[in-house]
Amino acid sequence: MSSADRWLLPEGVEEILPDEAYVLESLRREILDVYASWGYQLVITPFVEFLEALLVGTSHDLDLHTFKVTDQLSGRMMGIRADMTPQVARIDAHCLNREGPVRLCYADSVLHTRPRGLLTSRVPFRIGAELFGHSGVEADVELISLMIATLRQADIRNIHLVLGHVGIFRSLVAEAQLDDETEATLFDLVQRKVYGEIDVLLQRVVTDQDLRNMLYQLSRLSGDAETLDQAVRVFGAAPPAVRRELQELEAIANGVRSRAPDVVLCFDLCELRGYEYHTGIVFGAYTPENGRAVAKGGRYDDIGEVFGRARPASGFDCDLKVLARLTHRNLKRPKGILAPAGGDGQLQSLIEELRSQGEIVITSLTAGDVGATETRELDCDRYITRQSGQWVMEKLD
Amino acid sequence: MSDPKLVIALTKGRILEGVLPLFEHAGIIPTEDIFNSRKLIFQTSLANVSLMIIRGSDVPTYVEFGAADMGVVGKDLILEYGSEGFYEPLDLKLATCRLMTAAPEGADLNALRQSRSRLRVATKFINIARRYFAEQGRQIELIKLNGALELAPSMGLADAIVDIVDSGKTLRANGLEPLELITHVSSRVIVNKASLKIKNAAIREILGKLKSAIET
Repeated sequence: MSSADRWLLPEGVEEILPDEAYVLESLRREILDVYASWGYQLVITPFVEFLEALLVGTSHDLDLHTFKVTDQLSGRMMGIRADMTPQVARIDAHCLNREGPVRLCYADSVLHTRPRGLLTSRVPFRIGAELFGHSGVEADVELISLMIATLRQADIRNIHLVLGHVGIFRSLVAEAQLDDETEATLFDLVQRKVYGEIDVLLQRVVTDQDLRNMLYQLSRLSGDAETLDQAVRVFGAAPPAVRRELQELEAIANGVRSRAPDVVLCFDLCELRGYEYHTGIVFGAYTPENGRAVAKGGRYDDIGEVFGRARPASGFDCDLKVLARLTHRNLKRPKGILAPAGGDGQLQSLIEELRSQGEIVITSLTAGDVGATETRELDCDRYITRQSGQWVMEKLD
Repeated sequence: MSDPKLVIALTKGRILEGVLPLFEHAGIIPTEDIFNSRKLIFQTSLANVSLMIIRGSDVPTYVEFGAADMGVVGKDLILEYGSEGFYEPLDLKLATCRLMTAAPEGADLNALRQSRSRLRVATKFINIARRYFAEQGRQIELIKLNGALELAPSMGLADAIVDIVDSGKTLRANGLEPLELITHVSSRVIVNKASLKIKNAAIREILGKLKSAIET
């Protein structure tokens, strides 16, 4: 074993050093305080649990991203959580068992077998909120507003909110009666916006001309606020389900617009991220400073069914490590005060008083007067010294 | 945001000769001679649009990360890189060729499979070859080479190769013949996912002009 093997970390796994940790922890506390002030209660989910519970109703994709270990006590397969949403859904469905809406939030690390994207951590720190037990647009508007509040707290600027609805694609595909394999191919092409190949496939598999035209239009429906008006025109004669879903989207967009008028609203009706378990609206927040979404969420009704109770559910999350990197907040560790070793009771009470005021006081471990070098190295800009029999605090020049 | 900054990644060489006229049609003309400059980034006639010249295999990386908003790259490199990280809205129908398997003339790959459980395949498209043969239900041994693949079979390194085939002349000159078509290849425009959302109007405008340039 070379010495490099001893300190090298696995790819995509990082340690967070004091300056960055200060930013991350400050944001974590502040954002959780925001959630608390909106009535979202913090839950702490287990880092590891039986695989079946982690992967319920979710995608193959999540399975692939979940690390697996064998439980030596039961012989069963356990997974290290790659996503916290199913765990929180279980808490709502199985443990809390409340009748009305339940608001929960969480902040913790998850682990991915492979990075989700280029230069992406395999140990993202997920912070997010979920709202169970309400199927109306009010719940979605509240969650989107809370997601925007999260980004504002981190001073992420120039937020673009992109809204979509997986129901529209799903309803049209159901109407076209595509088989599973064709649906999967179309889904993949629509996700990647490979327009040429979409058109060829639609021509081949959809015989109804109106329906084909609607699917064709759907694959192009992404852009600014006007996109929604365009969609209303395109789907004027669409199946009732599609029109209902469009109305839902419109109501949510209006709700968000009135709550956060400065956020740029965009639409992408074929952004179907998390298609396997999302059931309604999907949303994501973007900023020009990042090549991918900084926060995302959506509706995933009935995920808790396997835990005994089907409940409407909607939620969002973001990676706190990404927020810490993009934040415009000037979060700097405060400077401390260096106190000499030993000292009398008077010194001790001075130290205690300063600490209770929120100051950082570091006690020197070597006897004698504290020097300027030591003070600087310990990140202090003041020190305590004895002057004419009194302990006083001096500023370092 | 009337004129958001846009960075477009292109590759030097044959593709560039075909791509630049299309961009010219879209009103994007580099302000200096790209072909004879050592610079890697060029301003254009549109103040907000710049062109970046990088290796083809790096274009997907730059676009996925968002260091470039758009890029032009061959379908072969997209398939090799993996196409989940960006949008692929336009086929420029340039630099068309085929990605194929090839083997020494007269070689019977099926007979070879009987005598050796694993066919040895040399290629620089490791991911494409692995996926293709797996879909065919054939177990293979992959050998990654970076060039002059045509030599591999005659030197006993591989039974077959997977490579880009244009006219097939290079293959035949080295005693090989093209066998199975894996996919048709042409240059595609790829777009960063966040850019298409945030800079939608500007990108759609360029895509529209490029599309009409191809059709004329």
